[in-house]
Amino acid sequence: MFLLPVSFSINADYFFLQFTIPIDNGDSVKNAEADSQRTLYPYVTGTSIVAIKYKDGVLMASDMGGSYGSTLRYKNIERMKAIGKHSLLGASGEISDFQEILRYLDELVLNDNMWDDGNSLGPKEVHNYLTRVMYNRRNKFNPLWNTLVLGGVKNGESYLGMVSMIGVSFEDNHVATGFGNHLARPILRDEWHADLSFEDGVKLLEKCMRVLLYRDRSAINKLQIAKITEEGVTVSQPYSLKTFWEFKAFNNPTAGAEGSW
Amino acid sequence: MFRNQYDTDVTTWSPTGRLFQVEYAMEAVKQGSAAIGLRSRSHVVLASVNKAQSELSSHQRKIFKVDDHIGVAIAGLTADGRVLSRYMRSESINHSFTYESPLPVGRLVVRLADKAQVCTQRSWKRPYGVGLLVGGLDESGAHLYYNCPSGNYFEYQAFAIGSRSQAAKTYLERRFESFNESSREDLIKDAILAIRETLQGETLKSSLCTVSVLGVDEPFHFLDQESIQKVIDTFEKVPEEEEDGGEAEAEAAAAPTEQGGAGDQDVAPMEM
Repeated sequence: MFLLPVSFSINADYFFLQFTIPIDNGDSVKNAEADSQRTLYPYVTGTSIVAIKYKDGVLMASDMGGSYGSTLRYKNIERMKAIGKHSLLGASGEISDFQEILRYLDELVLNDNMWDDGNSLGPKEVHNYLTRVMYNRRNKFNPLWNTLVLGGVKNGESYLGMVSMIGVSFEDNHVATGFGNHLARPILRDEWHADLSFEDGVKLLEKCMRVLLYRDRSAINKLQIAKITEEGVTVSQPYSLKTFWEFKAFNNPTAGAEGSW
Repeated sequence: MFRNQYDTDVTTWSPTGRLFQVEYAMEAVKQGSAAIGLRSRSHVVLASVNKAQSELSSHQRKIFKVDDHIGVAIAGLTADGRVLSRYMRSESINHSFTYESPLPVGRLVVRLADKAQVCTQRSWKRPYGVGLLVGGLDESGAHLYYNCPSGNYFEYQAFAIGSRSQAAKTYLERRFESFNESSREDLIKDAILAIRETLQGETLKSSLCTVSVLGVDEPFHFLDQESIQKVIDTFEKVPEEEEDGGEAEAEAAAAPTEQGGAGDQDVAPMEM
């Protein structure tokens, strides 16, 4: 294999030295990085996560879809996982990077348990650890392509925070990722209040998820709601939301323009 | 413990299963001036005797702040102690940076102990010649640990190390059962009284000792000379008499509720 150097290619976000290896795979010559590979774009992605603090802790909702570009390819992906005793992590973005993060956290929790000394990692510690990881990867131009939501309860205090793929991190009473920021958070800003009951919290989340279902093309109608309280984490069984399509305007959509669709 | 043919190397066992170099390192701790630590449920007090090389020089620093919630008092080779304090500060701040929460003392102490153990098992190293009294706070409350040059560590309610520490230990042994419930002020007073025991008759002055406190809602800090002197004044009003009347006599003179449960023996008229 001989490597033919090509000049620098400057793209919108990054530039790198490309070498061409003459492999003919039908359509184009493959390019190989001179150094190790970096994340350039996501492949299998999850869409929004929405989470709120409520009376007993934190509620988080996500659908179970994994899109492969515009194809809704995987319909059984759990995008929320319990971390240790006190935390719940939800992720949108690249699913394989989420799995990698789960492996990091597994190791973290394992080491924490091995101390066996009565101290344990709370949601604040996990959130900050993740912030460090995400920010460091971003600095190496090799991001983990996720937006993470970290919720938890420890010693009676609820915690809810978010970290983006570039390491931006903050806490709030309600958070959402991706499309959720645009569609769900306005609803939450109006209707969230402190000390929501469990039922009210679920209703509020379902309202947000329904809007996302109608308007986000990568959302599917199969969602899970996870709850974390002082007692621990429970992730619900997947279920569907009822949708309504009988709006009058949908009945005869071409009423005003015969022949169109 | 005398010179023998198994004590040249830290990696040489004696036939009776002892590592003499490690034991000699522990002797070095006994040569340093006294350091004392005690804890209650919510506070830890570390105190030390200020020893100066000569009248011309200043005294050695023996108590170091590791973090807002951890302090350490050392006895032995102060240079080794300084290096280990720097290590502890580094570990503590790295943890704070990554997890934005304080490093649990228990975990710091284990890392310290593991570091000391390495030096007992490498032929090109020597054990650290310093004993560390690590006091700190974590989720489960206040803790006091003693780290040995051997790599062992123990948790204590109260402890004293360094020269003439046996006198302080005797004093503490009499009183330790009440420490858990002690108030902050009583804990400080007990620390200073224990320091006094190590002075063997020398008059206790605030310039002779350093006292530090940390507790729930109280970050680690040193007490200034004035505050220390005030505490000393409460029991050193009449030096000759008080020396005897202090602990030995069962006087229930003061006995207010602020004292610990073991029936404090203080004679000096307290400001009530």
